[in-house]
Amino acid sequence: MAAETAAGAGTAEAAEAAAATEPAGTAESTGTTGPAGPADALATVEAGLDALDATTEHEVSRLIRILRSAYPPVLAIALILAIWQALYLAKIWPDWKLPGPSEVFTSLKETFSGGDAWTAVGHSVEHGAVGFAASLVIGTPLGLLVGRFKPVRAGVGPILSGLQSLPSVAWVPPALMFFGPQPSMLYAVVLLGAVPSIAVGVVSGLDQVPPLYLRVGRNLGARGLSSVRHVLLPAALPGYLAGLRQGWAFAWRSLLAAEIIVQSAQLGHSLGFLLKNAQDSNDMAGAFAAIVLILAVGVTVNQVLFVPLERRVLKARGLI
Amino acid sequence: MTAAVETETGSTTTVSAEAAVRLTKVTKTFRDGGAPVLEGIDLSVAPGEFVCLLGASGCGKSTLLNLIADLDKPSGGTVDVPSGRAALMFQESALFPWLSAGANIDLALRLRGRSGKRERRTEAERLLDLVRLRGAYDKRPHQLSGGMRQRVALARALAQDSKVLLMDEPFAALDAITRDVLHEELIRLWETTGLAVVFVTHNVREAVRLGQRVVLLSSRPGRVAHEWHVDIPQPRRVEDKAVADLSVEITDHLRQEISRHGR
Repeated sequence: MAAETAAGAGTAEAAEAAAATEPAGTAESTGTTGPAGPADALATVEAGLDALDATTEHEVSRLIRILRSAYPPVLAIALILAIWQALYLAKIWPDWKLPGPSEVFTSLKETFSGGDAWTAVGHSVEHGAVGFAASLVIGTPLGLLVGRFKPVRAGVGPILSGLQSLPSVAWVPPALMFFGPQPSMLYAVVLLGAVPSIAVGVVSGLDQVPPLYLRVGRNLGARGLSSVRHVLLPAALPGYLAGLRQGWAFAWRSLLAAEIIVQSAQLGHSLGFLLKNAQDSNDMAGAFAAIVLILAVGVTVNQVLFVPLERRVLKARGLI
Repeated sequence: MTAAVETETGSTTTVSAEAAVRLTKVTKTFRDGGAPVLEGIDLSVAPGEFVCLLGASGCGKSTLLNLIADLDKPSGGTVDVPSGRAALMFQESALFPWLSAGANIDLALRLRGRSGKRERRTEAERLLDLVRLRGAYDKRPHQLSGGMRQRVALARALAQDSKVLLMDEPFAALDAITRDVLHEELIRLWETTGLAVVFVTHNVREAVRLGQRVVLLSSRPGRVAHEWHVDIPQPRRVEDKAVADLSVEITDHLRQEISRHGR
């Protein structure tokens, strides 16, 4: 009685699924084809199989999901703060070398109340967003070219991987000499950091496309551009999104490197400026405060923009 | 009494003028100078005929389907599908996971040049209804069971509106009872649509359960070794004695074929 046991185990889900797939409607539809008897029997067996096989998804509410995913990092941060506080209280280093969490917090509050923090975050995010958008516009077609055409890949591929491993801070001196202390210099550094990363993301996304999908596409009649549009690009999307995420990380890092090294009236107050300024006035708490802000922006963009986007795409495909 | 008429290959191939698929002396070699995967295949499938291709590993069954589907070119000989493109169905459903079940069918209609969003929607719903998946239009492939996915894939293949349906071990990954139900479903659809079906399998009983003709391919190189006309009337069942008897006979031939490689 193995069949009955199996059916018994899944009764609750089966009932739910049966309601969802409308077995009654499915059974009725067979009346049009062939004699009623065997066709009806087949339809009923099929509806039964469908109902038993259907997977039920447990939708967790958004709030619970956020709370669930939030508490481990919150716990980790609390732990780090505790260790930090303990080190501070132990007075191993003088407090101008290692300020306590509360001093950094006070410094952070002061930066905000003076309005400096908002200006700095605003400038940096603006530069980061514009630079990232430009990297996207350049990196995506570049990645498609490299991924799709063998000679381009053989020539440009290694250069891209090489550029990816080059610390983008290396571009700051030449960019400064070329553009002067203008925003265009920041953008140049961001582009050189993020474009290779995005392009490599596109290439690996394309490489991960199962050949089966391309064959199916061809059999369905997709050739050339229509194959790219209907099969290749959607199939490469998850890899592309992962590349974008990494591209943003590279863009943000490159930007901060440039902002820390180069200061000018044209560039205005930025997070890099805050950090450099803290160093110049030997203000360790201020330096930590700036780092907290830099981290906060990076993490927020990732969590608000890229994580939900990736999650949506993967979930729609049943990959998570 | 035998339910099947056995014929030696070559002697019976009366090449009809209006075959749905006609292969003439087809040879396929993948590497220059390498051993041929397929050699001298002569095979013709009549319109509306259900042919099962049977063989052990390395007989080039899938290669043969790729040639008929125009996904690959023969090294020698000719492949002719007079009605144009043949629809192909794979072992895995190969539905695009980024599209819903209905959108997968819609894409097939679109790539076939069907315009009119609403007309396509109606047609996709009709095809889903045909494979008894009414109401599954918006379901994602991963939300469906293996059997349901293959039925959507079947509906998508039907959306291609070709006269020939090629199936590459489409039910191999399914459990026995689902496979059994899908066999019945496939025969029902074949009878309603009048498609010519070329069904590749390594399962002898499945071949006898479904086919009007079973073609046994030898391995390395793939050649037509034998063929049987299956005269058992549908509806058949895998459990039928006539099916079992013929399966035994065919299996013996298949074993002989395989044994040649063991010596």
